[in-house]
Amino acid sequence: MTDIQNLKQIASQVRRDIVRMVHAQNSGHPGGSLGCTDFLTALYFNTLDHNPQNFTMDGKDQDLFFLSNGHISPVWYSILARAGYFDLKELSTFRTLDSRLQGHPTPKEGLPGVRMASGSLGQGLSVACGAALTKKLNRDNKLVYSLHGDGELQEGQIWEAAMFAAQHKIDNLISTIDYNGKQIDGPVDDIISLGNLKAKWESFGWEVLEMDGNIIEEVIETLNKAKLLTGKGKPIVILMKTEMGMGVDFMMGTHKWHGVAPNDEQLEIALNQLEETLGDY
Amino acid sequence: MKTFEYKEKKDTRSGFGAGLFELGKKNENIVALCADLTGSLKMNEFADEFADRFYQCGIAEANMMGVAAGLTIGGKIPFAGTFANFATGRVYDQIRQSIAYSEKNVKICASHAGLTLGEDGATHQIMEDIGLMKMLPGMVVINPCDYNQTKAATIAIAEHEGPVYLRFGRPKVPNFTPEDQKFEIGKALLLTKGTDVTIAATGHLVWKSIEAAEKLEEKGISVELINIHTIKPLDQETILNSVSKTKAIVTAEEHLLNGGLGDSIAQLLSRKMPTPIEMVAVDDKFGESGKPGELLTKYGIDTNNIVSAVENVLKRK
Repeated sequence: MTDIQNLKQIASQVRRDIVRMVHAQNSGHPGGSLGCTDFLTALYFNTLDHNPQNFTMDGKDQDLFFLSNGHISPVWYSILARAGYFDLKELSTFRTLDSRLQGHPTPKEGLPGVRMASGSLGQGLSVACGAALTKKLNRDNKLVYSLHGDGELQEGQIWEAAMFAAQHKIDNLISTIDYNGKQIDGPVDDIISLGNLKAKWESFGWEVLEMDGNIIEEVIETLNKAKLLTGKGKPIVILMKTEMGMGVDFMMGTHKWHGVAPNDEQLEIALNQLEETLGDY
Repeated sequence: MKTFEYKEKKDTRSGFGAGLFELGKKNENIVALCADLTGSLKMNEFADEFADRFYQCGIAEANMMGVAAGLTIGGKIPFAGTFANFATGRVYDQIRQSIAYSEKNVKICASHAGLTLGEDGATHQIMEDIGLMKMLPGMVVINPCDYNQTKAATIAIAEHEGPVYLRFGRPKVPNFTPEDQKFEIGKALLLTKGTDVTIAATGHLVWKSIEAAEKLEEKGISVELINIHTIKPLDQETILNSVSKTKAIVTAEEHLLNGGLGDSIAQLLSRKMPTPIEMVAVDDKFGESGKPGELLTKYGIDTNNIVSAVENVLKRK
């Protein structure tokens, strides 16, 4: 297991990757990416049982992860590259012609680590349910993880999948909601409020955990707790409080950096706040 | 011309159900999903015999398509069944992103397609589905003509790696194709040889075209009839070979003019072999409640419409 200090170093470097990738093409989604960096670092470098050097679509006898809110592709690409799924240098091709690093993730171009296209929201939970059912049929006792935005929960398909998962006792699935309270047009509560989200998921038959997604220790602890709850007949969801734009002060506390790239000057300010720990790509 | 006989009329959806059950027996990777229409889709036999491989999704088709996509990860071959309307238009984006763009090996099985759904009316009578599905890159689109062919097609698509749209229907229609036929995706079937005109038909309109060819034969018109069970990929060679001889073609389908088989063939011919063409299809209309036969007549896609279309196209030769 990588210790906490190492994880924090990885997270800092991933944040640098995110702002650099988005800046390079003046395009992409830094806000949610920065908010989910600590979670995905903990997941990929501590929790997941996976094999980055030998990626297979079927992922038999490995844990699987599905990113449903595909617009935070910068953080996922950085994490995948730094975990060893593909060469770091490829991060420089993000959102450019002929790249495997499409604006939103896809398996179409053969990027290792990606098993499903996402971008059009609300579809990933259904896909994760299907993959989890196949694991059961294959007597593969590894787990399926998924990540969703909170704004994404406005999509009806999420709740179709939530009912389905409970009905079919999909208890090898740990879904996480990036509960940052913001979406493109503003605060989620001002757009379409999610109400009492914990009560919603509980009433849909899910086991609900909560955590601060920007404290790596808490993320690891909660994921461990979630793993202990698997195999008991209920799907598991973690409501993860995060700060959009975490790590870059002027991107925090606002929804304005959902899908906007920093300019040259802003990039420099951001990079000054993020320690280069493992070397830039 | 060659004559076609049948012992009984059977519904194509029952051919699907029988094919799915056969598949279930021989391949444990076959899984099936249904959105609260198990009886209508004739999936009961599979659901009862292979309960651990059958997923009831309830009235939630969007989720069903996503779950089907996910099931492929790890090697399962999902057959997701519901009415054609709910299997296409209702879930277009789920099919587009999670199945087609993600290149997942999902078989979308769509019953009650077209006008012959009958009394339920226009809400359920989708006639845009072939167009919607054929526009998706990589999607195979199949519309078999009778029970035996639907059963054979169901079994054949399991061997094809990639997304498939399999379209079938509700009414009982003449079951005239051989029980032991081998179904080859993308290979059109030449039913009768002829010299004056080609008729290219799909689905329920294949039998109607046989009836039309018999009537035309009595009038001294020699018809070459092709059963286009696979609309995409289209069997260009068979069509071009036939048209190069007959110099005129009529297409026939239970679908809108826009986006259907005729549209695909017109595109092919206009580029490779410009030929007079008439299309028997529904022209920019929603359907309505009625008996299947009455609807085919009212909406201009019955046997007599095929006969008239042939007579019209021959004038343009």
